[in-house]
Amino acid sequence: MSAPAEEKTASGSRGSEPPVPDGAITVTVKIRRFNPEFDDEPRWDTFEVPALPSDRVLNLLHYLKWYVDGTLTFRRSCAHGICGSDAMRINGVNRLACKVLLKDLLAGGGKATTITIEPIKGLPVHKDLLVDMEPFFEAYRAVKPYLISYGNEPTRERIQSAADRERFDDTTKCILCAACTTSCPVYWTEGSYFGPAAIVNAHRFIFDSRDEAAEERLDILNDVDGVWRCRTTFNCTDACPRGIQVTKAIQEVKRALLFKRT
Amino acid sequence: MASTTATERTGTSRGGGTLYRGDLGMWSWVAHRITGVLTFFFLFAHVLDTALVRVSPNAYDQIIETYKNPIVNLFEVGLVGAVLYHALNGVRVMLIDFWEKGAKHQKTMLWTILVVWALVMLPGTYFMMERTVSELLGGH
Repeated sequence: MSAPAEEKTASGSRGSEPPVPDGAITVTVKIRRFNPEFDDEPRWDTFEVPALPSDRVLNLLHYLKWYVDGTLTFRRSCAHGICGSDAMRINGVNRLACKVLLKDLLAGGGKATTITIEPIKGLPVHKDLLVDMEPFFEAYRAVKPYLISYGNEPTRERIQSAADRERFDDTTKCILCAACTTSCPVYWTEGSYFGPAAIVNAHRFIFDSRDEAAEERLDILNDVDGVWRCRTTFNCTDACPRGIQVTKAIQEVKRALLFKRT
Repeated sequence: MASTTATERTGTSRGGGTLYRGDLGMWSWVAHRITGVLTFFFLFAHVLDTALVRVSPNAYDQIIETYKNPIVNLFEVGLVGAVLYHALNGVRVMLIDFWEKGAKHQKTMLWTILVVWALVMLPGTYFMMERTVSELLGGH
Protein backbone atom coordinates (compact mmCIF):
# COMPACT_ATOMS: atom_id res chain seq x y z
CA MET A 1 0.00 0.00 0.00
CA SER A 2 1.45 3.31 -1.00
CA ALA A 3 1.42 6.55 0.93
CA PRO A 4 -1.46 8.98 0.35
CA ALA A 5 0.69 11.48 -1.49
CA GLU A 6 1.81 8.89 -4.02
CA GLU A 7 -1.68 7.55 -4.36
CA LYS A 8 -3.04 10.85 -5.60
CA THR A 9 -3.52 10.83 -9.33
CA ALA A 10 -1.67 13.42 -11.37
CA SER A 11 -4.67 14.20 -13.47
CA GLY A 12 -8.41 13.98 -13.48
CA SER A 13 -10.80 11.73 -15.29
CA ARG A 14 -10.78 13.91 -18.40
CA GLY A 15 -7.05 14.54 -18.66
CA SER A 16 -4.66 17.05 -17.25
CA GLU A 17 -4.98 19.98 -19.61
CA PRO A 18 -8.05 21.89 -18.63
CA PRO A 19 -9.58 24.55 -20.82
CA VAL A 20 -9.25 27.95 -19.21
CA PRO A 21 -11.92 30.41 -20.35
CA ASP A 22 -11.16 34.05 -21.15
CA GLY A 23 -11.58 36.36 -18.19
CA ALA A 24 -11.05 33.57 -15.68
CA ILE A 25 -9.82 34.52 -12.24
CA THR A 26 -7.87 32.17 -10.00
CA VAL A 27 -9.48 31.25 -6.72
CA THR A 28 -8.18 29.02 -3.93
CA VAL A 29 -10.41 26.08 -3.15
CA LYS A 30 -9.79 24.40 0.16
CA ILE A 31 -11.46 21.04 0.51
CA ARG A 32 -11.88 18.90 3.62
CA ARG A 33 -10.93 15.45 2.39
CA PHE A 34 -10.99 11.97 3.79
CA ASN A 35 -10.04 8.70 2.17
CA PRO A 36 -10.93 5.81 4.49
CA GLU A 37 -8.28 3.61 2.85
CA PHE A 38 -5.37 5.89 3.71
CA ASP A 39 -6.40 8.58 6.16
CA ASP A 40 -6.90 8.24 9.89
CA GLU A 41 -8.17 11.80 10.11
CA PRO A 42 -9.72 14.15 7.56
CA ARG A 43 -7.22 16.55 6.00
CA TRP A 44 -7.32 19.82 4.03
CA ASP A 45 -6.37 19.90 0.38
CA THR A 46 -5.84 23.21 -1.37
CA PHE A 47 -6.20 23.82 -5.10
CA GLU A 48 -5.90 26.84 -7.35
CA VAL A 49 -8.79 26.92 -9.80
CA PRO A 50 -9.33 29.28 -12.75
CA ALA A 51 -13.00 30.18 -12.85
CA LEU A 52 -15.53 32.70 -14.08
CA PRO A 53 -17.68 34.74 -11.70
CA SER A 54 -20.71 33.15 -13.35
CA ASP A 55 -19.50 29.65 -12.42
CA ARG A 56 -21.19 27.72 -9.67
CA VAL A 57 -19.20 26.00 -6.93
CA LEU A 58 -20.13 22.71 -8.58
CA ASN A 59 -18.22 23.83 -11.70
CA LEU A 60 -15.10 24.27 -9.58
CA LEU A 61 -15.50 20.76 -8.20
CA HIS A 62 -16.00 19.40 -11.71
CA TYR A 63 -12.85 21.18 -12.84
CA LEU A 64 -10.91 19.55 -10.02
CA LYS A 65 -12.34 16.09 -10.55
CA TRP A 66 -12.07 16.15 -14.33
CA TYR A 67 -8.67 17.79 -14.77
CA VAL A 68 -6.73 17.90 -11.52
CA ASP A 69 -7.54 15.05 -9.16
CA GLY A 70 -9.85 12.29 -10.29
CA THR A 71 -10.03 10.83 -6.80
CA LEU A 72 -12.05 13.79 -5.49
CA THR A 73 -15.38 12.34 -4.43
CA PHE A 74 -18.72 14.12 -4.16
CA ARG A 75 -22.36 13.54 -5.07
CA ARG A 76 -24.20 15.46 -7.73
CA SER A 77 -26.88 14.50 -10.14
CA CYS A 78 -29.09 17.06 -11.84
CA ALA A 79 -26.77 20.01 -11.12
CA HIS A 80 -29.75 22.36 -11.17
CA GLY A 81 -30.95 22.48 -7.57
CA ILE A 82 -33.71 19.93 -8.00
CA CYS A 83 -32.31 16.53 -7.00
CA GLY A 84 -30.71 17.62 -3.74
CA SER A 85 -27.56 15.52 -4.14
CA ASP A 86 -24.82 18.09 -3.70
CA ALA A 87 -25.51 19.61 -0.30
CA MET A 88 -22.16 20.52 1.26
CA ARG A 89 -20.70 23.08 3.61
CA ILE A 90 -19.44 26.02 1.57
CA ASN A 91 -17.59 28.74 3.51
CA GLY A 92 -19.03 27.35 6.72
CA VAL A 93 -22.69 27.07 5.79
CA ASN A 94 -24.76 24.33 4.18
CA ARG A 95 -25.55 25.07 0.56
CA LEU A 96 -26.14 23.21 -2.70
CA ALA A 97 -22.92 23.45 -4.71
CA CYS A 98 -25.00 23.80 -7.87
CA LYS A 99 -26.83 26.88 -6.56
CA VAL A 100 -23.95 28.97 -5.21
CA LEU A 101 -22.41 31.36 -7.71
CA LEU A 102 -18.72 32.18 -7.52
CA LYS A 103 -19.43 35.91 -7.84
CA ASP A 104 -21.22 35.79 -4.48
CA LEU A 105 -18.13 34.29 -2.83
CA LEU A 106 -15.49 36.61 -4.25
CA ALA A 107 -13.47 38.63 -1.76
CA GLY A 108 -13.96 42.33 -2.26
CA GLY A 109 -11.26 44.91 -2.93
CA GLY A 110 -9.19 42.74 -5.28
CA LYS A 111 -8.18 40.39 -2.47
CA ALA A 112 -7.50 36.72 -3.17
CA THR A 113 -10.54 34.50 -2.73
CA THR A 114 -10.49 31.29 -0.74
CA ILE A 115 -13.49 28.98 -0.76
CA THR A 116 -13.74 26.28 1.88
CA ILE A 117 -15.73 23.18 1.09
CA GLU A 118 -16.53 20.53 3.70
CA PRO A 119 -18.93 17.61 3.91
CA ILE A 120 -22.21 18.28 5.73
CA LYS A 121 -21.89 17.80 9.49
CA GLY A 122 -23.45 15.11 11.64
CA LEU A 123 -23.55 12.26 9.11
CA PRO A 124 -20.70 9.73 8.78
CA VAL A 125 -18.27 10.65 6.01
CA HIS A 126 -17.67 7.84 3.49
CA LYS A 127 -15.12 9.70 1.40
CA ASP A 128 -14.28 13.38 0.86
CA LEU A 129 -17.61 15.21 0.50
CA LEU A 130 -19.68 12.04 0.31
CA VAL A 131 -21.59 11.19 3.47
CA ASP A 132 -23.75 8.27 4.54
CA MET A 133 -27.33 9.55 4.11
CA GLU A 134 -28.94 6.47 5.64
CA PRO A 135 -29.49 7.89 9.19
CA PHE A 136 -31.14 10.89 7.52
CA PHE A 137 -33.50 8.77 5.43
CA GLU A 138 -34.24 6.52 8.39
CA ALA A 139 -35.62 9.55 10.29
CA TYR A 140 -37.54 10.57 7.16
CA ARG A 141 -39.21 7.16 6.80
CA ALA A 142 -40.07 7.09 10.51
CA VAL A 143 -42.58 9.96 10.15
CA LYS A 144 -44.63 8.07 7.51
CA PRO A 145 -44.14 10.56 4.69
CA TYR A 146 -47.02 9.32 2.52
CA LEU A 147 -50.76 9.79 2.35
CA ILE A 148 -52.67 7.66 4.82
CA SER A 149 -56.45 7.45 4.67
CA TYR A 150 -58.94 5.03 6.10
CA GLY A 151 -62.37 3.91 4.95
CA ASN A 152 -63.52 3.57 1.38
CA GLU A 153 -61.51 5.21 -1.34
CA PRO A 154 -63.38 7.91 -3.22
CA THR A 155 -64.39 6.92 -6.73
CA ARG A 156 -62.96 10.17 -8.06
CA GLU A 157 -60.06 12.35 -6.93
CA ARG A 158 -59.62 13.48 -3.32
CA ILE A 159 -60.90 17.02 -3.55
CA GLN A 160 -59.10 19.77 -1.67
CA SER A 161 -59.80 23.48 -1.56
CA ALA A 162 -57.11 25.94 -2.59
CA ALA A 163 -56.99 27.24 0.97
CA ASP A 164 -56.47 23.74 2.37
CA ARG A 165 -53.74 23.10 -0.18
CA GLU A 166 -52.07 26.38 0.75
CA ARG A 167 -51.87 25.30 4.40
CA PHE A 168 -48.92 22.95 3.76
CA ASP A 169 -47.62 24.37 0.48
CA ASP A 170 -44.27 25.47 1.91
CA THR A 171 -43.32 22.02 3.15
CA THR A 172 -44.10 20.31 -0.18
CA LYS A 173 -40.97 21.94 -1.61
CA CYS A 174 -38.49 19.70 0.23
CA ILE A 175 -35.94 17.87 -1.95
CA LEU A 176 -34.36 15.83 0.89
CA CYS A 177 -30.89 17.28 0.43
CA ALA A 178 -30.23 17.18 4.20
CA ALA A 179 -28.89 20.75 4.27
CA CYS A 180 -31.29 21.64 7.11
CA THR A 181 -30.84 18.54 9.24
CA THR A 182 -27.04 18.75 9.08
CA SER A 183 -27.06 22.48 9.93
CA CYS A 184 -28.79 21.77 13.24
CA PRO A 185 -26.55 22.00 16.35
CA VAL A 186 -28.92 19.62 18.15
CA TYR A 187 -28.58 17.03 15.36
CA TRP A 188 -24.75 17.24 15.44
CA THR A 189 -24.68 16.18 19.07
CA GLU A 190 -27.85 14.05 19.20
CA GLY A 191 -28.01 11.89 16.11
CA SER A 192 -31.20 10.32 17.44
CA TYR A 193 -33.09 13.61 16.94
CA PHE A 194 -35.47 13.32 13.99
CA GLY A 195 -34.06 16.52 12.55
CA PRO A 196 -35.68 19.36 10.61
CA ALA A 197 -36.19 17.52 7.30
CA ALA A 198 -38.18 14.67 8.84
CA ILE A 199 -40.37 17.18 10.69
CA VAL A 200 -40.89 19.22 7.52
CA ASN A 201 -42.08 16.09 5.72
CA ALA A 202 -44.34 15.13 8.62
CA HIS A 203 -45.75 18.69 8.53
CA ARG A 204 -46.54 18.23 4.83
CA PHE A 205 -49.01 15.44 5.72
CA ILE A 206 -50.11 16.52 9.21
CA PHE A 207 -51.63 19.69 7.74
CA ASP A 208 -52.99 17.99 4.59
CA SER A 209 -56.80 17.91 4.81
CA ARG A 210 -56.89 14.66 2.76
CA ASP A 211 -54.65 12.80 5.18
CA GLU A 212 -56.07 10.99 8.20
CA ALA A 213 -52.95 10.03 10.13
CA ALA A 214 -52.02 13.39 11.62
CA GLU A 215 -52.45 11.97 15.13
CA GLU A 216 -50.09 9.06 14.40
CA ARG A 217 -47.39 11.39 13.15
CA LEU A 218 -47.89 13.84 16.01
CA ASP A 219 -47.47 10.91 18.42
CA ILE A 220 -44.21 9.95 16.71
CA LEU A 221 -42.93 13.52 16.94
CA ASN A 222 -44.04 13.93 20.57
CA ASP A 223 -41.14 11.63 21.46
CA VAL A 224 -38.05 12.89 23.36
CA ASP A 225 -36.20 12.83 20.04
CA GLY A 226 -39.07 14.60 18.29
CA VAL A 227 -40.00 18.25 17.85
CA TRP A 228 -39.23 19.21 21.46
CA ARG A 229 -35.52 18.85 20.74
CA CYS A 230 -35.72 21.91 18.48
CA ARG A 231 -33.99 24.93 20.04
CA THR A 232 -35.07 27.37 17.32
CA THR A 233 -31.56 28.30 16.17
CA PHE A 234 -32.94 28.95 12.65
CA ASN A 235 -29.86 27.37 11.03
CA CYS A 236 -32.22 25.07 9.12
CA THR A 237 -34.28 27.94 7.71
CA ASP A 238 -31.08 29.68 6.64
CA ALA A 239 -29.67 26.51 5.04
CA CYS A 240 -32.74 25.39 3.04
CA PRO A 241 -31.99 25.79 -0.70
CA ARG A 242 -35.72 25.77 -1.43
CA GLY A 243 -36.44 28.62 0.95
CA ILE A 244 -38.72 26.55 3.15
CA GLN A 245 -39.47 28.25 6.47
CA VAL A 246 -38.26 25.16 8.30
CA THR A 247 -38.26 26.49 11.85
CA LYS A 248 -41.74 27.91 11.34
CA ALA A 249 -42.96 24.47 10.21
CA ILE A 250 -41.40 22.81 13.27
CA GLN A 251 -43.05 25.41 15.52
CA GLU A 252 -46.41 24.70 13.87
CA VAL A 253 -46.03 21.02 14.67
CA LYS A 254 -45.14 21.90 18.28
CA ARG A 255 -48.22 24.09 18.56
CA ALA A 256 -50.38 21.38 16.97
CA LEU A 257 -49.20 19.07 19.75
CA LEU A 258 -49.81 21.67 22.45
CA PHE A 259 -53.19 22.89 21.30
CA LYS A 260 -54.38 19.86 19.29
CA ARG A 261 -55.21 21.79 16.18
CA THR A 262 -54.18 20.61 12.76
CA MET B 1 -22.38 35.38 1.83
CA ALA B 2 -19.10 36.80 3.02
CA SER B 3 -15.90 35.12 2.01
CA THR B 4 -13.45 34.99 4.85
CA THR B 5 -10.30 33.00 4.38
CA ALA B 6 -10.33 29.54 5.86
CA THR B 7 -7.07 29.74 7.75
CA GLU B 8 -8.37 31.91 10.57
CA ARG B 9 -11.23 29.53 11.25
CA THR B 10 -9.38 26.26 10.91
CA GLY B 11 -9.42 24.15 14.01
CA THR B 12 -11.93 26.31 15.82
CA SER B 13 -14.66 23.72 16.03
CA ARG B 14 -15.00 20.35 17.67
CA GLY B 15 -14.54 17.24 15.59
CA GLY B 16 -12.44 18.99 12.97
CA GLY B 17 -13.56 21.19 10.15
CA THR B 18 -14.49 24.83 10.47
CA LEU B 19 -16.96 26.45 12.79
CA TYR B 20 -20.49 26.40 11.37
CA ARG B 21 -21.32 29.96 10.41
CA GLY B 22 -24.93 29.66 11.33
CA ASP B 23 -27.90 31.98 11.44
CA LEU B 24 -28.07 34.86 13.93
CA GLY B 25 -30.50 32.64 15.81
CA MET B 26 -27.72 30.11 16.42
CA TRP B 27 -25.52 32.72 18.10
CA SER B 28 -28.42 33.96 20.21
CA TRP B 29 -28.90 30.35 21.32
CA VAL B 30 -25.18 29.96 22.12
CA ALA B 31 -25.30 33.18 24.18
CA HIS B 32 -28.49 31.96 25.87
CA ARG B 33 -26.74 28.77 26.98
CA ILE B 34 -23.61 30.58 28.21
CA THR B 35 -25.58 33.19 30.17
CA GLY B 36 -27.75 30.41 31.58
CA VAL B 37 -24.74 28.45 32.86
CA LEU B 38 -23.15 31.61 34.30
CA THR B 39 -26.38 32.43 36.15
CA PHE B 40 -26.56 28.88 37.46
CA PHE B 41 -23.05 29.14 38.93
CA PHE B 42 -24.00 32.43 40.57
CA LEU B 43 -27.10 30.85 42.11
CA PHE B 44 -24.94 27.99 43.39
CA ALA B 45 -22.60 30.41 45.18
CA HIS B 46 -25.52 32.57 46.27
CA VAL B 47 -27.38 29.69 47.94
CA LEU B 48 -24.19 28.77 49.80
CA ASP B 49 -23.40 32.26 51.09
CA THR B 50 -27.00 33.01 52.04
CA ALA B 51 -27.27 29.68 53.86
CA LEU B 52 -24.29 30.78 55.94
CA VAL B 53 -26.52 33.21 57.87
CA ARG B 54 -28.14 30.16 59.47
CA VAL B 55 -24.71 28.95 60.60
CA SER B 56 -23.54 32.22 62.07
CA PRO B 57 -24.48 35.83 61.26
CA ASN B 58 -20.88 36.81 61.94
CA ALA B 59 -19.49 34.36 59.37
CA TYR B 60 -22.09 35.64 56.92
CA ASP B 61 -20.99 39.24 57.49
CA GLN B 62 -17.34 38.25 57.02
CA ILE B 63 -18.03 36.59 53.72
CA ILE B 64 -20.17 39.46 52.45
CA GLU B 65 -17.34 41.83 53.48
CA THR B 66 -14.97 40.01 51.10
CA TYR B 67 -17.37 40.82 48.23
CA LYS B 68 -16.76 44.54 48.63
CA ASN B 69 -13.98 44.88 46.09
CA PRO B 70 -13.76 46.09 42.48
CA ILE B 71 -13.43 42.58 40.99
CA VAL B 72 -16.66 41.34 42.55
CA ASN B 73 -18.30 44.59 41.49
CA LEU B 74 -17.34 43.76 37.90
CA PHE B 75 -18.78 40.27 38.38
CA GLU B 76 -22.03 41.88 39.55
CA VAL B 77 -22.26 43.92 36.36
CA GLY B 78 -21.57 40.74 34.39
CA LEU B 79 -24.25 38.90 36.33
CA VAL B 80 -26.84 41.59 35.64
CA GLY B 81 -25.86 41.51 31.96
CA ALA B 82 -26.14 37.72 31.79
CA VAL B 83 -29.47 37.56 33.63
CA LEU B 84 -30.89 40.42 31.58
CA TYR B 85 -29.90 38.81 28.27
CA HIS B 86 -31.19 35.42 29.39
CA ALA B 87 -34.50 36.92 30.49
CA LEU B 88 -35.04 39.02 27.36
CA ASN B 89 -34.02 36.23 24.99
CA GLY B 90 -36.21 33.86 26.99
CA VAL B 91 -39.19 36.07 26.18
CA ARG B 92 -38.10 36.03 22.51
CA VAL B 93 -37.89 32.22 22.51
CA MET B 94 -41.35 31.98 24.10
CA LEU B 95 -42.74 34.30 21.44
CA ILE B 96 -41.14 32.12 18.74
CA ASP B 97 -42.79 29.11 20.38
CA PHE B 98 -46.26 30.48 21.00
CA TRP B 99 -46.80 33.41 18.68
CA GLU B 100 -47.76 32.48 15.13
CA LYS B 101 -45.55 35.17 13.62
CA GLY B 102 -42.72 34.61 16.08
CA ALA B 103 -40.53 32.64 13.68
CA LYS B 104 -40.97 35.29 11.00
CA HIS B 105 -39.90 38.13 13.27
CA GLN B 106 -37.15 36.31 15.16
CA LYS B 107 -34.34 38.53 13.88
CA THR B 108 -36.22 41.77 14.54
CA MET B 109 -36.99 40.50 18.03
CA LEU B 110 -33.32 39.65 18.59
CA TRP B 111 -32.18 43.14 17.59
CA THR B 112 -34.93 44.61 19.77
CA ILE B 113 -33.81 42.72 22.88
CA LEU B 114 -30.18 43.64 22.19
CA VAL B 115 -31.13 47.33 22.01
CA VAL B 116 -33.15 47.03 25.23
CA TRP B 117 -30.22 45.20 26.82
CA ALA B 118 -27.80 47.99 25.85
CA LEU B 119 -30.24 50.70 26.99
CA VAL B 120 -30.48 49.08 30.42
CA MET B 121 -26.83 48.10 30.74
CA LEU B 122 -25.28 51.45 29.86
CA PRO B 123 -26.81 53.47 32.74
CA GLY B 124 -26.93 50.30 34.86
CA THR B 125 -23.18 49.80 34.62
CA TYR B 126 -22.63 53.47 35.43
CA PHE B 127 -24.66 53.35 38.64
CA MET B 128 -23.28 49.98 39.71
CA MET B 129 -19.66 50.99 39.16
CA GLU B 130 -19.86 54.67 40.17
CA ARG B 131 -18.85 54.15 43.80
CA THR B 132 -16.12 51.63 43.05
CA VAL B 133 -14.55 53.82 40.39
CA SER B 134 -14.64 56.99 42.50
CA GLU B 135 -13.07 55.12 45.43
CA LEU B 136 -10.41 53.68 43.17
CA LEU B 137 -9.62 57.19 42.00
CA GLY B 138 -9.23 58.37 45.59
CA GLY B 139 -12.69 59.84 46.20
CA HIS B 140 -15.10 58.85 48.99
